Amino acid sequence: MTTREAIAVVAELLKEEVVICTTGYTCRDMQVVRDRARNFYMIGSMGLAAPIGLGLAVARPELPVVVLDGDGALLMGLGVLPMIAADRPKNLTHVVLDNEAFVSTGKQPTFSSVVPLERLAEAAGYPVVHRLVHPEQIRKVWGAPAAGPRFLLIKCRPDTGPAAPRVEADPERITQRLMEAIAS
Amino acid sequence: MSGKTLPAAPAGEALAALEARGFDFYSGVACSILAPLITELTRVPGRYRPAPREDLAVGLAAGAYLAGRRPVALMQNSGLGYSLNALMSLNWIYRIPLLLVIGYRGFGGAPARPDGACASGGPADAPEHWVIGAHGEALLKEIGIPVWVPDAAGWAGAVDEAAAWLERERRPAALMLRKGIVS
Repeated sequence: MTTREAIAVVAELLKEEVVICTTGYTCRDMQVVRDRARNFYMIGSMGLAAPIGLGLAVARPELPVVVLDGDGALLMGLGVLPMIAADRPKNLTHVVLDNEAFVSTGKQPTFSSVVPLERLAEAAGYPVVHRLVHPEQIRKVWGAPAAGPRFLLIKCRPDTGPAAPRVEADPERITQRLMEAIAS
Repeated sequence: MSGKTLPAAPAGEALAALEARGFDFYSGVACSILAPLITELTRVPGRYRPAPREDLAVGLAAGAYLAGRRPVALMQNSGLGYSLNALMSLNWIYRIPLLLVIGYRGFGGAPARPDGACASGGPADAPEHWVIGAHGEALLKEIGIPVWVPDAAGWAGAVDEAAAWLERERRPAALMLRKGIVS
């Protein structure tokens, strides 16, 4: 599956989850596949999607939170793995779209082809860790009841063809619409 | 600053001033100047979340803000470098407010006198703090983050002013604590 196909599979499974999308094509693809107020398109601050998701998850334990991370972004801030594992928010699902490259800057390689990122999550202490390669596996794991934090590594390949358009919404508006959508 | 010790505010009172202004989510990275404050925070389990690096604390705090909390990130000024991109490309453009409480190492910069004192007249800090000590405050101001450098008596007033700024601008503000201000 391609990265955009993986994003589409996750998108169709979403209900009330807040989704923090990492920098680059992940934001852009998610905006095209399924734009919603509960998506937070993090267009800068590469590496911080997971800590943002953690902050939301611990502050609102009843709210399901999904982080759509990338292999390059995760490698940039690996310290977040023990941080999440130590806090153990049950409501957090950490998805890593692992296409082994920094795709939006021209497909420069990361090294996740030789370092299995899910084993880092396992070592840190995530109670639920999966390595997924088929869309069906994503669907099956997604609905299975399990207390998080969950780490779902999705192996995918970079898309070919034209990139999705840039995120249209003003960053300030992205903040506002998410906060309004989840206001308790 | 002279060589003499500054009057100190007890950490409990310093924290009470933060809590009185509604700050209710604390993360950060350890710093000797901030140690009394962090120790005070950790007296209540779960009140303070240690981060492995300062930018992760900034990200964590941003998530807490989206969830309706009023976050504080504590760090030494050495952590500003790690945090700058987050402050600029996350907090600033998304209007996600954050109170930075920063340990002001290297205040006065490098030794500037034969006796080893720095430009402020006090003893110079260790070499790794000279450059960030001399320029960190200006760096923050340059990117639009206001800075307060209170003494012990001015702490509560500075918290009030910073909180009002965060409320109004919804962007980060910084309180920089020199050595010995909070004990």
